[in-house]
Amino acid sequence: MGDTRETAVVKDDVALVAEAKAGSYEAFEELVNRYENKIYRLGVNITGSPEDAEDVLQEAFLKAFQHLAEFRADSRFYTWLVRIAVNESLMKLRKKRSDRSVPLEDEIGEDGEPIPRELADWKPNPEQIYAQAEIENVLRDAAQKLPATYRTVFLLRDVEDLSTAETASVLSLTEGTVKARLFRARLMLREELSKVFKRG
Amino acid sequence: MSDCRDCLHEISDYLDGQLDPELKRVLEEHLVSCHRCKVVLDSTRKTIELYCDGKLFQLPGGVRERLHTALRQKLQDRQR
Repeated sequence: MGDTRETAVVKDDVALVAEAKAGSYEAFEELVNRYENKIYRLGVNITGSPEDAEDVLQEAFLKAFQHLAEFRADSRFYTWLVRIAVNESLMKLRKKRSDRSVPLEDEIGEDGEPIPRELADWKPNPEQIYAQAEIENVLRDAAQKLPATYRTVFLLRDVEDLSTAETASVLSLTEGTVKARLFRARLMLREELSKVFKRG
Repeated sequence: MSDCRDCLHEISDYLDGQLDPELKRVLEEHLVSCHRCKVVLDSTRKTIELYCDGKLFQLPGGVRERLHTALRQKLQDRQR
Protein backbone atom coordinates (compact mmCIF):
# COMPACT_ATOMS: atom_id res chain seq x y z
CA MET A 1 0.00 0.00 0.00
CA GLY A 2 1.43 3.32 -1.02
CA ASP A 3 1.95 6.14 1.39
CA THR A 4 -0.78 8.67 0.55
CA ARG A 5 1.36 11.43 2.01
CA GLU A 6 3.72 11.05 -0.92
CA THR A 7 1.14 12.54 -3.26
CA ALA A 8 0.74 15.55 -1.00
CA VAL A 9 4.42 16.42 -0.78
CA VAL A 10 4.95 20.07 -1.56
CA LYS A 11 7.74 20.50 -4.04
CA ASP A 12 10.45 22.87 -2.99
CA ASP A 13 11.53 25.82 -5.09
CA VAL A 14 14.63 24.03 -6.37
CA ALA A 15 12.57 21.21 -7.89
CA LEU A 16 10.03 23.63 -9.37
CA VAL A 17 12.74 25.82 -10.88
CA ALA A 18 14.39 22.76 -12.43
CA GLU A 19 11.07 21.69 -13.99
CA ALA A 20 10.32 25.22 -15.17
CA LYS A 21 13.79 25.42 -16.74
CA ALA A 22 12.99 22.20 -18.57
CA GLY A 23 9.93 23.91 -20.05
CA SER A 24 7.13 23.19 -17.59
CA TYR A 25 4.84 26.20 -17.42
CA GLU A 26 2.83 24.45 -14.69
CA ALA A 27 5.92 24.36 -12.46
CA PHE A 28 6.54 28.06 -13.10
CA GLU A 29 2.90 28.82 -12.37
CA GLU A 30 3.28 27.10 -9.01
CA LEU A 31 6.17 29.46 -8.24
CA VAL A 32 3.96 32.38 -9.26
CA ASN A 33 1.19 31.16 -6.94
CA ARG A 34 3.71 30.89 -4.15
CA TYR A 35 5.13 34.40 -4.39
CA GLU A 36 2.54 36.61 -6.13
CA ASN A 37 1.22 38.11 -2.89
CA LYS A 38 4.68 38.97 -1.60
CA ILE A 39 5.81 40.50 -4.87
CA TYR A 40 2.62 42.54 -5.11
CA ARG A 41 3.08 43.79 -1.53
CA LEU A 42 6.69 44.72 -2.29
CA GLY A 43 5.56 46.60 -5.42
CA VAL A 44 2.85 48.50 -3.56
CA ASN A 45 5.21 49.44 -0.76
CA ILE A 46 8.03 50.61 -3.00
CA THR A 47 5.99 52.43 -5.64
CA GLY A 48 3.10 53.53 -3.41
CA SER A 49 0.68 52.70 -6.19
CA PRO A 50 -1.51 49.59 -6.58
CA GLU A 51 -1.60 50.21 -10.34
CA ASP A 52 2.18 50.34 -10.60
CA ALA A 53 2.42 47.31 -8.32
CA GLU A 54 0.28 45.32 -10.74
CA ASP A 55 2.64 46.24 -13.60
CA VAL A 56 5.62 45.33 -11.42
CA LEU A 57 4.00 41.98 -10.61
CA GLN A 58 3.49 41.09 -14.27
CA GLU A 59 6.87 42.36 -15.45
CA ALA A 60 8.77 40.66 -12.62
CA PHE A 61 7.30 37.23 -13.28
CA LEU A 62 7.56 37.63 -17.03
CA LYS A 63 11.25 38.55 -16.78
CA ALA A 64 11.84 35.77 -14.27
CA PHE A 65 10.45 33.25 -16.77
CA GLN A 66 12.36 34.72 -19.68
CA HIS A 67 15.66 34.73 -17.77
CA LEU A 68 15.19 31.53 -15.82
CA ALA A 69 18.12 29.90 -17.60
CA GLU A 70 20.41 32.55 -16.07
CA PHE A 71 19.27 31.78 -12.53
CA ARG A 72 22.03 30.06 -10.59
CA ALA A 73 21.15 27.75 -7.76
CA ASP A 74 23.67 29.40 -5.44
CA SER A 75 20.96 31.80 -4.24
CA ARG A 76 17.31 31.36 -3.34
CA PHE A 77 14.82 31.69 -6.21
CA TYR A 78 12.81 34.09 -4.07
CA THR A 79 15.80 36.39 -3.51
CA TRP A 80 16.47 36.41 -7.25
CA LEU A 81 12.82 37.24 -7.92
CA VAL A 82 12.89 40.03 -5.34
CA ARG A 83 15.91 41.56 -7.08
CA ILE A 84 13.94 41.67 -10.35
CA ALA A 85 10.86 43.14 -8.64
CA VAL A 86 12.92 45.80 -6.82
CA ASN A 87 14.53 46.88 -10.10
CA GLU A 88 11.13 47.06 -11.81
CA SER A 89 9.70 49.07 -8.90
CA LEU A 90 12.61 51.51 -8.84
CA MET A 91 12.29 51.99 -12.60
CA LYS A 92 8.64 52.95 -12.07
CA LEU A 93 9.72 55.49 -9.46
CA ARG A 94 12.42 56.96 -11.69
CA LYS A 95 9.85 57.52 -14.41
CA LYS A 96 7.77 59.47 -11.92
CA ARG A 97 10.64 61.59 -10.66
CA SER A 98 9.69 64.51 -12.85
CA ASP A 99 6.75 65.23 -10.56
CA ARG A 100 9.30 65.96 -7.78
CA SER A 101 7.15 64.23 -5.20
CA VAL A 102 9.17 61.06 -4.92
CA PRO A 103 12.33 61.15 -2.82
CA LEU A 104 14.27 58.43 -4.60
CA GLU A 105 17.76 58.97 -3.27
CA ASP A 106 18.90 59.66 0.22
CA GLU A 107 18.16 63.33 0.58
CA ILE A 108 18.34 63.47 4.34
CA GLY A 109 21.95 62.39 4.84
CA GLU A 110 23.11 59.51 6.96
CA ASP A 111 25.06 61.47 9.52
CA GLY A 112 22.32 63.14 11.50
CA GLU A 113 20.81 61.40 14.49
CA PRO A 114 17.22 60.26 14.15
CA ILE A 115 15.50 61.86 17.12
CA PRO A 116 12.17 60.35 18.22
CA ARG A 117 9.63 63.13 18.71
CA GLU A 118 6.43 61.12 19.07
CA LEU A 119 6.74 59.64 22.53
CA ALA A 120 3.18 58.79 23.51
CA ASP A 121 2.10 55.19 24.02
CA TRP A 122 0.23 53.63 21.12
CA LYS A 123 -3.35 52.46 21.31
CA PRO A 124 -3.29 48.71 21.82
CA ASN A 125 -3.90 46.57 18.70
CA PRO A 126 -4.45 49.25 16.05
CA GLU A 127 -5.13 46.46 13.54
CA GLN A 128 -8.32 45.70 15.49
CA ILE A 129 -9.38 49.32 15.91
CA TYR A 130 -8.93 50.52 12.36
CA ALA A 131 -10.38 49.10 9.18
CA GLN A 132 -7.96 47.07 7.08
CA ALA A 133 -8.10 49.51 4.18
CA GLU A 134 -7.43 52.40 6.54
CA ILE A 135 -4.30 50.73 7.94
CA GLU A 136 -3.10 49.86 4.45
CA ASN A 137 -3.34 53.53 3.50
CA VAL A 138 -1.53 54.64 6.65
CA LEU A 139 1.30 52.15 6.04
CA ARG A 140 1.58 53.05 2.37
CA ASP A 141 1.59 56.80 3.03
CA ALA A 142 4.19 56.45 5.78
CA ALA A 143 6.44 54.33 3.57
CA GLN A 144 6.20 56.88 0.77
CA LYS A 145 7.62 59.59 3.04
CA LEU A 146 10.93 57.74 3.21
CA PRO A 147 13.54 57.99 0.49
CA ALA A 148 13.26 54.87 -1.66
CA THR A 149 16.74 53.78 -0.62
CA TYR A 150 15.64 53.53 3.03
CA ARG A 151 12.20 52.19 2.27
CA THR A 152 13.57 49.38 0.14
CA VAL A 153 16.04 48.24 2.79
CA PHE A 154 13.26 48.17 5.39
CA LEU A 155 10.95 46.21 3.11
CA LEU A 156 13.54 43.61 2.17
CA ARG A 157 14.83 43.07 5.70
CA ASP A 158 11.74 43.40 7.86
CA VAL A 159 8.85 42.57 5.58
CA GLU A 160 10.30 40.12 3.05
CA ASP A 161 12.59 38.63 5.68
CA LEU A 162 15.77 38.68 3.62
CA SER A 163 18.98 38.48 5.64
CA THR A 164 21.29 41.47 5.91
CA ALA A 165 23.67 39.74 3.47
CA GLU A 166 20.88 38.99 0.96
CA THR A 167 19.57 42.56 1.18
CA ALA A 168 23.07 43.91 0.66
CA SER A 169 23.49 41.68 -2.36
CA VAL A 170 20.12 42.57 -3.93
CA LEU A 171 20.73 46.31 -3.51
CA SER A 172 24.50 46.27 -4.15
CA LEU A 173 25.20 47.82 -0.75
CA THR A 174 27.56 46.89 2.07
CA GLU A 175 26.07 45.10 5.06
CA GLY A 176 27.02 48.09 7.22
CA THR A 177 24.99 50.42 5.00
CA VAL A 178 22.03 48.03 5.12
CA LYS A 179 22.13 48.03 8.92
CA ALA A 180 22.43 51.81 9.15
CA ARG A 181 19.55 52.40 6.73
CA LEU A 182 17.39 49.79 8.42
CA PHE A 183 17.89 51.50 11.78
CA ARG A 184 16.90 54.88 10.39
CA ALA A 185 14.00 53.54 8.31
CA ARG A 186 12.49 51.77 11.30
CA LEU A 187 12.62 54.91 13.42
CA MET A 188 11.28 57.12 10.63
CA LEU A 189 8.33 54.82 9.99
CA ARG A 190 7.66 54.54 13.70
CA GLU A 191 7.54 58.32 13.87
CA GLU A 192 4.99 58.52 11.05
CA LEU A 193 2.79 55.72 12.37
CA SER A 194 2.89 57.20 15.88
CA LYS A 195 1.08 60.29 14.60
CA VAL A 196 -1.87 58.06 13.74
CA PHE A 197 -1.76 55.31 16.33
CA LYS A 198 -0.82 57.21 19.51
CA ARG A 199 -3.25 57.39 22.38
CA GLY A 200 -5.30 60.47 23.05
CA MET B 1 24.42 52.62 28.89
CA SER B 2 24.73 56.25 29.78
CA ASP B 3 21.59 57.73 28.30
CA CYS B 4 18.63 57.46 25.97
CA ARG B 5 20.80 58.24 22.95
CA ASP B 6 22.94 55.17 23.57
CA CYS B 7 19.77 53.14 24.09
CA LEU B 8 18.31 54.36 20.81
CA HIS B 9 21.44 53.30 18.96
CA GLU B 10 21.03 49.73 20.15
CA ILE B 11 17.29 49.36 19.64
CA SER B 12 17.55 48.08 16.08
CA ASP B 13 20.12 45.41 16.92
CA TYR B 14 18.12 44.54 20.05
CA LEU B 15 15.01 43.89 17.95
CA ASP B 16 17.09 41.69 15.66
CA GLY B 17 18.43 39.73 18.64
CA GLN B 18 21.95 40.76 17.72
CA LEU B 19 23.11 42.44 20.91
CA ASP B 20 25.76 40.76 22.98
CA PRO B 21 24.43 39.50 26.32
CA GLU B 22 26.04 42.19 28.47
CA LEU B 23 24.80 45.07 26.30
CA LYS B 24 21.37 43.45 26.18
CA ARG B 25 21.26 43.28 29.97
CA VAL B 26 22.24 46.94 30.30
CA LEU B 27 19.66 47.99 27.70
CA GLU B 28 16.90 46.06 29.42
CA GLU B 29 17.88 47.66 32.71
CA HIS B 30 17.57 51.10 31.10
CA LEU B 31 14.19 50.21 29.59
CA VAL B 32 12.78 49.36 33.01
CA SER B 33 13.43 52.87 34.24
CA CYS B 34 12.89 54.88 31.03
CA HIS B 35 9.35 55.05 29.78
CA ARG B 36 10.29 57.09 26.67
CA CYS B 37 12.75 54.51 25.41
CA LYS B 38 10.27 51.73 26.21
CA VAL B 39 7.65 53.53 24.08
CA VAL B 40 10.09 53.89 21.20
CA LEU B 41 11.05 50.22 21.43
CA ASP B 42 7.45 48.95 21.65
CA SER B 43 6.16 51.16 18.86
CA THR B 44 9.09 50.29 16.60
CA ARG B 45 8.38 46.60 17.15
CA LYS B 46 4.69 47.21 16.41
CA THR B 47 5.59 49.18 13.27
CA ILE B 48 7.45 46.14 11.93
CA GLU B 49 4.57 43.82 12.90
CA LEU B 50 2.02 45.95 11.06
CA TYR B 51 4.03 45.95 7.85
CA CYS B 52 4.42 42.19 8.09
CA ASP B 53 0.71 41.53 8.63
CA GLY B 54 -0.18 38.90 6.05
CA LYS B 55 -3.80 40.05 5.86
CA LEU B 56 -2.76 43.37 4.40
CA PHE B 57 -1.75 43.71 0.78
CA GLN B 58 -3.48 40.57 -0.43
CA LEU B 59 -3.95 40.66 -4.18
CA PRO B 60 -7.05 42.75 -4.86
CA GLY B 61 -9.86 41.17 -6.88
CA GLY B 62 -8.96 40.63 -10.51
CA VAL B 63 -5.21 41.22 -10.13
CA ARG B 64 -4.40 37.53 -9.86
CA GLU B 65 -6.51 36.58 -12.86
CA ARG B 66 -4.99 39.37 -14.95
CA LEU B 67 -1.48 38.28 -13.92
CA HIS B 68 -1.99 34.66 -14.91
CA THR B 69 -3.78 35.56 -18.13
CA ALA B 70 -1.06 38.04 -19.11
CA LEU B 71 1.73 35.57 -18.36
CA ARG B 72 0.11 32.79 -20.36
CA GLN B 73 -0.62 35.13 -23.25
CA LYS B 74 2.86 36.66 -23.41
CA LEU B 75 4.66 33.37 -22.99
CA GLN B 76 2.56 31.72 -25.68
CA ASP B 77 3.29 34.65 -28.01
CA ARG B 78 7.01 34.14 -27.44
CA GLN B 79 6.83 30.44 -28.19
CA ARG B 80 5.12 31.00 -31.54
